[in-house]
Amino acid sequence: MESLSNKRKVIESKPLSLWERTYLPAVVKGLAITLKHFLFRKDVTVRYPEQKREFSENFRGMHSLKRDDEGRERCTACGLCALSCPAEAITMIAAERKPGEENLYREEKYAAVYEINMLRCIFCGLCEEACPKEAIYLDGDIVPADYLRKDFIYGKDKLVEAPLNQ
Amino acid sequence: MSDKFKVTIDGIPVEVDPGTTILNAARQIGGDIVPPAMCYYSKLQGSGGKCRTCLVKVSKGSEKDPRPMPKLVASCRTTVMDGMEVQNITSPEVIEARKGVVEMLLINHPLDCPICDQAGECDLQNLGFEHGAAKTRYEFDRRTFHKIDIGDKIQLHMTRCILCYRCVFTADQITDHRIHGILNRGDHSEISTYIQAAVDNDFSGNVIDVCPVGALTDKTFRFRNRVWFTKPVEAHRDCDHPGCNGKVTLWYKGEDVLRVTARKDVYGEVEEFICNTCRFDKKKTSDWVIEGPRKVSNQSVISANHYETMHPLPVVKTNPVLQEANKEQFERETRL
Repeated sequence: MESLSNKRKVIESKPLSLWERTYLPAVVKGLAITLKHFLFRKDVTVRYPEQKREFSENFRGMHSLKRDDEGRERCTACGLCALSCPAEAITMIAAERKPGEENLYREEKYAAVYEINMLRCIFCGLCEEACPKEAIYLDGDIVPADYLRKDFIYGKDKLVEAPLNQ
Repeated sequence: MSDKFKVTIDGIPVEVDPGTTILNAARQIGGDIVPPAMCYYSKLQGSGGKCRTCLVKVSKGSEKDPRPMPKLVASCRTTVMDGMEVQNITSPEVIEARKGVVEMLLINHPLDCPICDQAGECDLQNLGFEHGAAKTRYEFDRRTFHKIDIGDKIQLHMTRCILCYRCVFTADQITDHRIHGILNRGDHSEISTYIQAAVDNDFSGNVIDVCPVGALTDKTFRFRNRVWFTKPVEAHRDCDHPGCNGKVTLWYKGEDVLRVTARKDVYGEVEEFICNTCRFDKKKTSDWVIEGPRKVSNQSVISANHYETMHPLPVVKTNPVLQEANKEQFERETRL
């Protein structure tokens, strides 16, 4: 039957000559290729945890809750991120700002508890788009691996940006 | 001659009793042609005529005098005439005027919807979304007030008030004495109790329900949760208070009743006023007889992320009657 793709190779299986049967030429040829890659070619991999590749500009990694120019938390626990989240990874509990906490929270309401389940999160970035206060951005690193499921529920201690004066 | 008047609203004819307002005639037809209303409240005598959102164009005055009315009229205060022709959404003039009215209402209204407890069920939010411009042209400082606690259950945010007078009418007509009202005039008008007195009456909680914005809010629900994360359930109880029949909507989050409100119809107006005992003191499932989940429009943000068909409400799990009724759903849930 005629080949449809014309890519068929006809393999001739002749018996090997004595020189070929020592396998030396094939071994030398293979070693030459290995040495060429080992000595002259640049590595295609990086030594990951110590060395990191640059992310593309629109990479979406771990979330961070932002602070404003005066170091106050922007998030006001409006719940729009949780509403827009298709994976339902975000939960929060709101609290009212007490007098004297004006330097901590920007609005009169703030998120006392803000949790993202990183196992549920699909890093779609809809929370970032929904946020009316520009408080959440997915500008972090890759979420690190861990052993226990409970350790993937990230609270405010891991999500909120470091204060300004540190 | 029949004793009914024939009116045409946006080309749809309807026959109504003499003395009906254009707004109520439109509500008899229903649908998109009903003008929005911020201050008019069908259960309150004398309400309406203040916010101007219900402006319509009368293109033909009546059968006898077919001249059009010279200006746009407030449909909640204008009664129909026989043969009247009204244009609401078919008139670009009305749409333009309504956009202007929304802009005026939002001049002093703070844009703090992410904080406000009313967000998600706010009439002004809906109105602004449907009719307003995306940006404000107002450059000056908005007027601000301090929060006032009216009693231990109701909080007044004067900053958000649009001066619709609904709460004043409610206190006049539903409760036996009114101690709050509108002070000053013009741009300085504000709702207040004059000296910070507690609004303390068995029906005072209804001012929360009638408020179209977040100016009067329930202190027991303050910042507890967002409206769209709670699940509304219809329930009733035998209320011994005369004048309250105990028909309410419970707003659940998990097993907890976060809030009790009166049942609201499609226009956001309560069906029947409820007493403060039902509203503030009965926040346990055992106090109520559950009737079933409340029907929420698909367009409403309250219906977002609710999967009643897949997961019956937690209250259903403890009630054998409802458990029997939802047997099929439980089976489906366990199979999944």
